[in-house]
Amino acid sequence: MSQKKAPYELPIGPIHPALKEPINFTFKMNGEVVEEVDFAPGRAHRGIEWMGMRRNPVQILHLCDRICGICGVAHALVFAQAVEQIAGVEVPDRAYYVRTIIAEFERIQSHLLWAGVAAHELGFDTLFYLAWQIREESVDVIEYITGNRVNYAIMMIGGTRRDITPDMFPRIEQALQYYEGLFEKMVNLFLNDKTIAMRCRNTGILTKRRALELATVGPTARASGLAMDVRTDSPYAAYGDLDFDIILPEVYSNETVGDVYDRIVVRIFEVKQSIDIIRQCLRQMPDGPVLAEEKYPKLLMNLKKASGEAFARVEAPRGEDMHFVRMNGKQEAPEMWKVKASTYSNQMAWIEILQGEQIADIPVIIASIDPCMSCTDRVAVVNQKGEADVLTKEYLHRLSVEKTRRMQG
Amino acid sequence: MRLSPSFNRSLWVFHVNSGSCNGCDIEIVAALCPRYDPERFGIKLVGSPRHADVLLVTGPVTHQMRDRVKRVYDQMAAPKVVMCVGTCGQSGGVFYDSYNLDGPLDQVIPVDVYVPGCAPRPEAIIYGVVQAIAKLERLEKEVRS
Repeated sequence: MSQKKAPYELPIGPIHPALKEPINFTFKMNGEVVEEVDFAPGRAHRGIEWMGMRRNPVQILHLCDRICGICGVAHALVFAQAVEQIAGVEVPDRAYYVRTIIAEFERIQSHLLWAGVAAHELGFDTLFYLAWQIREESVDVIEYITGNRVNYAIMMIGGTRRDITPDMFPRIEQALQYYEGLFEKMVNLFLNDKTIAMRCRNTGILTKRRALELATVGPTARASGLAMDVRTDSPYAAYGDLDFDIILPEVYSNETVGDVYDRIVVRIFEVKQSIDIIRQCLRQMPDGPVLAEEKYPKLLMNLKKASGEAFARVEAPRGEDMHFVRMNGKQEAPEMWKVKASTYSNQMAWIEILQGEQIADIPVIIASIDPCMSCTDRVAVVNQKGEADVLTKEYLHRLSVEKTRRMQG
Repeated sequence: MRLSPSFNRSLWVFHVNSGSCNGCDIEIVAALCPRYDPERFGIKLVGSPRHADVLLVTGPVTHQMRDRVKRVYDQMAAPKVVMCVGTCGQSGGVFYDSYNLDGPLDQVIPVDVYVPGCAPRPEAIIYGVVQAIAKLERLEKEVRS
């Protein structure tokens, strides 16, 4: 075999068993050590925003559910909030609580899903199966409340489609108790395990300063010690009435390293936080309707007349999710719809945290920010000849910076 | 279609995401997990299309994934069965009018088993795999005779 010169290139993806979604990574390697990282997203681009600008807002809600099958309710919720803001729809108080409960159950299932995937990437399949078995309980409750296991379709402009009635409380409470009973075990299995500590401690470190500079969001940012959470920073739905704190790695260990281990800590403890939030919601839920306008034709007519622009954000399981909507009062479809999913902000951290790591650590580090390419792949760059252009990291970064400037106005 | 009384071999599955929303993908993994446990029948996900008997494709086949899906299909050894999981691979589903779709899947590669649903339940996916087993056994018989 001829000797390979260092550095050599290692391509991974777009179809690779370690990646759950199509994305293409190119690593410049020196021996076992990653020197440079580049990645090309865009494989899951379906033109959702373009389609949305040709549909009415109620149809878009169903499209929102399918931006991402794991955090669909976050997208539907944030879009509904933006449209309600434009059209001035008064959402009944009870609907806010129903929305919060669904959003928190989604967070539980998403974090457990992630915990399982992370264990799988470490080669710890027993834990993967355990996490997914536990996750089934939250999926069952979501099905009990909304009727669907994935793509819940419960959000509606001006409220929710279904109510959570008091006779449903015992089943929800049963699920909460199930998770409370398992929490100690989860902490023990994920955080006191020697293998996981060995593989995850000091792996893929993102310092607090770099986390801020790269504009990371959600659990990735919190694991680096940044106290930011849209639920407390700018409360939406019922979060303003509830009592909870931002989860930082300090809840478990004394120091904040910003490594993969800290990301596990944050997500595991957020499951517990979600249980508390749901319980508070069940206790405080006011009576009343859950939908502002039950007649769809009337709702659609009102939305058609609405004009203006709005910008809404929520804390999806992966971090901040923002939608921008502009309606002109002449057509049913929004004139402009922009989706900024959480992975869009977090993916630039890959370049930072993969540098200097070993090949074997690549899967778990990639998984550690909980990437969701189907959320992120919003833009396809096609040049005038109709060929797709390769997105370089500088180009993406420039786009990202420009976008931030634009949003700052 | 009836299953033969004993499985003459275990079924290995390779999963390709052709730009789906993840809904079907998590249901496929959920179907492989302890609650449904199809591994007792020898059904499991493998890391390479060259080892696989069944190709599970989710998603509406975006333009960038068309060649990749084809290439994965070509890498599989015959006899092989292709399963299309989710409505968007069958008709485009909610993404029907998108400019970036090269699907439905059956215009890219031949499909044997369709599992409709957005997203299909794990039970539906397992039922689809059972249909795939029956088809594979029939194909094998044809090859032998």
